[in-house]
Amino acid sequence: MAGKTLYDKLWDDHLVKQRDDGSALIYIDRHLLHEVTSPQAFEGLRLAGRKPWRLDANLATPDHNVPTTDRARGVEGIVDPVSRIQVETLDKNCDEFGILEFKMMDQRQGIVHVIGPEQGATLPGMSIVCGDSHTSTHGAFGCLAHGIGTSEVEHVLATQCLVQQKMKNMLVKVNGKLGAGITGKDVVLAVIGKIGTAGGTGYAIEFGGEAIRDLSMEARMTICNMSIEAGARVGMVAVDQTTIDYVKDRPFAPKGDMRDKAIEYWKTLHSDDEAVFDKVVELEGSEVMPQVSWGTSPEMVAGVGGHVPDPDAEADPIKREGIVRALKYMGLTPKMPITDIKLDRVFIGSCTNGRIEDLREAAAVVKGHKVSPTLKQAMVVPGSGLVKVQAEQEGLDKIFIEAGLEWRDPGCSMCLAMNADKLGQGEHCASTSNRNFEGRQGFGGRTHLVSPAMAAAAAINGHFVDVREMMN
Amino acid sequence: MRALKQHKGIVAPMDRSNVDTDMIIPKQFLKSIKRTGFGPNLFDELRYLDEGRPDQDCSKRPINPDFMLNQDRYKNASVLLARRNFGCGSSREHAPWALEDFGFHVIIAPSFADIFYNNCFKNGLLPIVLNEEIVDRLFRETEAEEGYQLAIDLEAKTVTTPSGESFTFEVDDFRRHCLLNGLDDIGVTLEDAEVIKAYEASRRETAPWLFGAGG
Ligand code: SF4
Repeated sequence: MAGKTLYDKLWDDHLVKQRDDGSALIYIDRHLLHEVTSPQAFEGLRLAGRKPWRLDANLATPDHNVPTTDRARGVEGIVDPVSRIQVETLDKNCDEFGILEFKMMDQRQGIVHVIGPEQGATLPGMSIVCGDSHTSTHGAFGCLAHGIGTSEVEHVLATQCLVQQKMKNMLVKVNGKLGAGITGKDVVLAVIGKIGTAGGTGYAIEFGGEAIRDLSMEARMTICNMSIEAGARVGMVAVDQTTIDYVKDRPFAPKGDMRDKAIEYWKTLHSDDEAVFDKVVELEGSEVMPQVSWGTSPEMVAGVGGHVPDPDAEADPIKREGIVRALKYMGLTPKMPITDIKLDRVFIGSCTNGRIEDLREAAAVVKGHKVSPTLKQAMVVPGSGLVKVQAEQEGLDKIFIEAGLEWRDPGCSMCLAMNADKLGQGEHCASTSNRNFEGRQGFGGRTHLVSPAMAAAAAINGHFVDVREMMN
Repeated sequence: MRALKQHKGIVAPMDRSNVDTDMIIPKQFLKSIKRTGFGPNLFDELRYLDEGRPDQDCSKRPINPDFMLNQDRYKNASVLLARRNFGCGSSREHAPWALEDFGFHVIIAPSFADIFYNNCFKNGLLPIVLNEEIVDRLFRETEAEEGYQLAIDLEAKTVTTPSGESFTFEVDDFRRHCLLNGLDDIGVTLEDAEVIKAYEASRRETAPWLFGAGG
């Protein structure tokens, strides 16, 4: 018999019913909720007189709208009334339906994709959904993790199942070792640059190869997080000792005998040697350079030593036009060196890069330096309350503050600028988030996606630099 | 949910690839806790010259005359013609809600982002994939002829042009069935409640740590 891929195994283990028409019911072990995509789902349940199928599978927290400064007055203190209503609505819905929620003032509050793994609410082999496309993050644990829409949030609440069609299998293999100073973010941006933002559409991507095996859980999460930017709803990394060590003692993780039993199962969560993938993409780890996005789509990236492209050199007319439009929006000239891009703001945080390791990397770069006076603002927003506490225990907050960066409370913040943190028109921002679409970080704002270390280096210099030069 | 069997309507051309969900409905409008009323803010940043905010009277805002939906000939469009990878970006269902609220019933493109494609069916919108050459042609015909309409038949899985030319498209049977009948997915799934319970019971045996956890 042909071997199974990790995705095949996860699919089979969660298959409740295969329907004749090709669709299937997939059982959902963990459902994460936040305030933006859930209100209409709860409303739908109420209107239909339905109850959640299984309460203990759900975990909620507000993240998109929460302020990252001055929380002294709690939810009532949220200045924007519409943001406040969403947070209040989540609180009300969770209370009414009996769903566990880490409320805004709870130390465990944070971005859903940070708190799931942090709490051990994300465990290897689980099927996980959340009304947020970056749910693919959890695939780093060998999970089947999908981003879903609000109708599906309601569907999962009511039935504990998701209607899905099986996707095709893609392996993205990163061979050999990564160079010094190269992070998970650089790897995933390089992958997206290579396969394009639709390259993974219809596929579940497994990231493998020596370079991935060598990465920490945080870095694997960064990579899986951005699978969706490559068009894939699902991104995964096989379970290994790194995974098991990370989850073992987390609050929601199994204890005692149950843990041993779980570990035995977790160890089977990898693709078989004979497994066949529908598509394989290979990268050499040693060739991955620190990446910077120059355009308005995550595939528009270049190595920091490279240049902004010349649209005239692009043969495909649709792509050429895309480049012209992006350069106009970004206010960049063809062929200019990436290191000539000047910045107005720096944002370090988000579900892509708001974990403790990310903050450590950024702190190591800024330590003993000052933020460039040409910058209007540089801020660090931890991904969760617990990341914040840990960073403070390690003294990272002091390093940032001494260097002139702002140290904030946890949330999505400037990743999508739903709260008060946003870019002004025409401003360039080095951001560790995941999307550089027009207007994503504020109307007319210009986002450059980079790793935390690269963002930190840019903060010190006021323009992009190769962070590896600062490390020497 | 609104059913869709046949539809005929004016075509509006959205001539750019990779239209993302932030472009379809900027995030400041995601703060609503309702499902309706997003239509006036569809493509907000392209449609208006000022920065959109929730609770604005959109009829008083300065419009971008170059944007196609602001041209009289496309104002009553109900079929959106689009380019590659339409709907990429976030999982926000506000994107199909906004398209539906504006009055669209059908979107035709050479390819769609997965989550968006899926979300359309749940909101009475039919996304149709036609190959790039056909889409190209439809763009040319739409632009050449004011009031250009396409007729869509979901039962027969065809798109028909005014000249009577017909193209077939693929759509999976379950989604088609639900959309044809305006069926609510949840109701359909709950018909299998016993199967779900049986799965759960066996899973409790083999993977008990997945149940009852709560920090
Ligand atoms: S940090 Fe950004 S990408 Fe992540 S969940 Fe929040 S808004 Fe979405």
